Amino acid sequence: MIRLKSADIEEIKQIAQKTYPHECCGVMVGSIENGVKTVTELIPAENQRTDSPANRYLITPDLLNELEKKLKGTDRAIVGFFHSHPDVPAQPSTYDQDHAWPWYSYVIVSVNRGQAGEIHNWKLRDDRSAFDAEKMELL
Amino acid sequence: MSATIFIPTPLRPFTGDQESLELEGSTVGEVLRNLAEQYGDLKKHLFDEEGKLRNFVNIYVNDEDIRYLDREETAIQDKDTISIVPSIAGGAL
Ligand SMILES: [Zn+2]
Repeated sequence: MIRLKSADIEEIKQIAQKTYPHECCGVMVGSIENGVKTVTELIPAENQRTDSPANRYLITPDLLNELEKKLKGTDRAIVGFFHSHPDVPAQPSTYDQDHAWPWYSYVIVSVNRGQAGEIHNWKLRDDRSAFDAEKMELL
Repeated sequence: MSATIFIPTPLRPFTGDQESLELEGSTVGEVLRNLAEQYGDLKKHLFDEEGKLRNFVNIYVNDEDIRYLDREETAIQDKDTISIVPSIAGGAL
């Protein structure tokens, strides 16, 4: 399960709308207690897939490495990521699944004609066979 | 040779929550294959069906990306550290 503030959801939607018709992406940082992730910070990232920004996103290892170093020794960690699907439902694509990591939460927001719509949270199965919806609780 | 390998958070559930491990191998590829053998559930997340490292899996030896070294053939010295760092990628279609 992941817990987010309603303000976080609003922020993700805002970013997704601003980035439309391209995909937005970003990192969710938070604390973990008994397997429950609580988001404390959203870090928008620049989409590095400049060759195909309307249907692809990429967050580079450099950014994640630097962030991991900053978080080391604190009680917070990278707990997941968010990205948008311009004019496509908020379901993970095959491409999403092929590139996903286990354990992390993947929040996807659908943006239809510039308007942010449904938002869902997903987690990859440990055997990579599918994504499952992961419970999202609003604080 | 043996190296210390750092496990990223998303893979720790497969290593019994260990953050780092000491593993044998004379090349990066050997160390990674030893890792995948000891912790079988981890294998799928590092290697594809053909046994090649997945392209969103980045491997650093002492902070240097192995793509700029000898890739999986990069030789390991004692006390080297190996880090597995994720790229995060996806897309709508
Ligand atoms: Zn996607």
